Amino acid sequence: MTEYILTTSPKLKRRHAKEARFKWYGRIAITIALGFLVLMFSAIIFRGIGAFSQTKIKLEVSYTESIIAPDGTRDPQILRLANYKPILTAALKETFPEATSRKDKKRIYKLLSKGAVYEMGKRVSNDLALIGTHQTIWVTASSDVDLFLQGKVDAGLNENLRKLTDKDIQSVQYLQHEGLLKRKFNTTFFTNGDSREPEMAGILGASLGSFFSLLVCFLIAFPLGILTAVYLEEYARKSKLTDFIEININNLAAVPSIVFGLLGLSIFLGVFHIPRSTPLVGGMVLALMTLPTIIIAARASLRSVPKTIREAALGLGASKTQATFHHVVPLAMPGMLTGTILGMAQALGETAPLLMIGMIAFIVDIPHGVTDAATSLPVQIFLWADSPEKGFVERTSAAIIVLLAFLILMNLLAVYLRKKLERRW
Amino acid sequence: MKPSVDLKLRHSRRSTIIKEYAIQTVLIASSLVAILTTVGIVLSLAFEAFRFFEKIPLTDFLFGLEWSPQTAIRADQVGSSGAFGVIPLLTGTLLISAIAMLVATPLGLLSALYLAEYAKPKTRAIIKPLLELLAGIPTVVYGFFAALVVAPIIRNTGSGMGFEISSESALAAGLVMGIMLVPFISSLSDDVINAVPQSLRDASLGMGATPAETITKIVLPAATPGIMGSLLLAVSRAIGETMIVVMAAGLAAKLSLNPLDAVTTMTVQIVTLLTGDQEFDSAKTLAAFAIALFLFILTLGLNVIALKIVDKYKKQYD
Repeated sequence: MTEYILTTSPKLKRRHAKEARFKWYGRIAITIALGFLVLMFSAIIFRGIGAFSQTKIKLEVSYTESIIAPDGTRDPQILRLANYKPILTAALKETFPEATSRKDKKRIYKLLSKGAVYEMGKRVSNDLALIGTHQTIWVTASSDVDLFLQGKVDAGLNENLRKLTDKDIQSVQYLQHEGLLKRKFNTTFFTNGDSREPEMAGILGASLGSFFSLLVCFLIAFPLGILTAVYLEEYARKSKLTDFIEININNLAAVPSIVFGLLGLSIFLGVFHIPRSTPLVGGMVLALMTLPTIIIAARASLRSVPKTIREAALGLGASKTQATFHHVVPLAMPGMLTGTILGMAQALGETAPLLMIGMIAFIVDIPHGVTDAATSLPVQIFLWADSPEKGFVERTSAAIIVLLAFLILMNLLAVYLRKKLERRW
Repeated sequence: MKPSVDLKLRHSRRSTIIKEYAIQTVLIASSLVAILTTVGIVLSLAFEAFRFFEKIPLTDFLFGLEWSPQTAIRADQVGSSGAFGVIPLLTGTLLISAIAMLVATPLGLLSALYLAEYAKPKTRAIIKPLLELLAGIPTVVYGFFAALVVAPIIRNTGSGMGFEISSESALAAGLVMGIMLVPFISSLSDDVINAVPQSLRDASLGMGATPAETITKIVLPAATPGIMGSLLLAVSRAIGETMIVVMAAGLAAKLSLNPLDAVTTMTVQIVTLLTGDQEFDSAKTLAAFAIALFLFILTLGLNVIALKIVDKYKKQYD
């Protein structure tokens, strides 16, 4: 008898093998999904990390007054746009005394960023005492030099196919040998707006655009969402109207985001004439999009507040409104805030509807308010991803790293709030 | 008797009642915004689409096999009359969605089953948020990854095997979109699987079935309607997804079911039609609204069916 029980029939063995295999299918599926996540993150970090530092060239410049301010002006606005090219060429001549032909001079000047003259303008207009002095400064190099220094230019490639010629590479190697080249932390990336030159492009404009859009979105969606949730959970009796509202909310949560963009285009821009490309209209569109998320989260949070709280307040003579707004809503607030932050995080990453309302324009200026034309961080990523310059691949990845950092921060904040403030009843 | 106190009380009660009414009105008004948004979407899309159908007949739009929205700028221009048939866009959209679902369904379902039935609570607590991280990543990031990493890999593998694959292929966009949908399917199916009563599992295990047999023969059939609902929601997501396809699928409207071809989708065409420099009233811009209306009806239909199935299923075990 015992023997019979202990003998495993081949069929049972097969069934157990099947069991083990099935378990592995699940593990493999999870590994593939998470492996993709790791692959994506590492690919982006690998490509983007280079953009956080930038190549600078050491130059000895003399801020000759007769060139910068021939009429003796000290107006920072004028000095910002003064003619700095001769100063830079003169400085380069000292570094490369052998480059005497016009062509060589031009070629060497191209090692500097096209934005170098603006950098000079900024320096001078910020410190007027510089005029007439002799200084050693680090000037931003062109994106091609930067890529070469990072080893991202294939020197074995045919000369005609790369932006840096063999002579350029010789000059760069000479600079490197003399210690006149250095990679420094890239402040430009965090303080500039968009630019056609990768080395001058920054995310400040786009980040502020995102910030203002989210601000508008929050100011609209948070009160509206919470009031709607309060009405549906605390006040409304089940009726055809509330059923209809509920169906609407559930369906709006699943409408493709691009459709909200079209709504914004034809109603906010077309009917109400809100200025195009502004964070104001962007925020309004995003608010309509995040509203369902906030409402659903706020309702769940209100539902978790025990009935006894309401009954106690009503029993002590509070009116319905007092019971709701003095007792129930404050207790539900942590859950509502968590839902709102998650909704905002979703709005921060949204791109498609913003393309529809013109936030896709090339905007150099940094926005100062909700009615200034602006773009947003994800749209900036989309625009840079489309740019043919190689230097923008780095910038795009770096901007993604920044965007993901913001998103992770917001999610952590939501988790923290939930842990810290949420009560279990 | 102190009538003054009584009066005061009555007065304060009246003001309280007025306040209550005022607050209720505000509450109702704010909840009407949800309805207004839907109405706004339907009206704005329908109005512009109607103007489009005044220029292009509805049947040409619905059954046309060719999409080339270039309309003539000058009257004497040749070969740019413009064709507005939505069929190539629809097949492109469905092709990419089908690839995405082929990737997402097995991955999402198997992950959900493993997490719900096998994983220890500790493992589950780590893996679930990680999977949901995939859902939190902006789609523009997926699009960038698809265009920059996945598409070249596919092209190189293809040319290594002797296939000619364009740099923008339905396969690249579909694969990446599939990964994006995994957490969507897994978390919805997870809810559904957890809603299957434990007593069913216990009965099956008690009869001597292995856990795998219990899952495939008892849990899955019981959860099928709910899973179908979550898959439909995922399909509607895939159809409406914009950034991945804008960045990784093509622009050329080609009537093709070959996943290695570059195809275009409805959302891609909306973006290209509306981000170019166009005067607002041209058939080209209006066409975007017609496609959007079509897209809206399609996704809305899928959602309504899906929500109904899930709802019905949930009630079954309540």
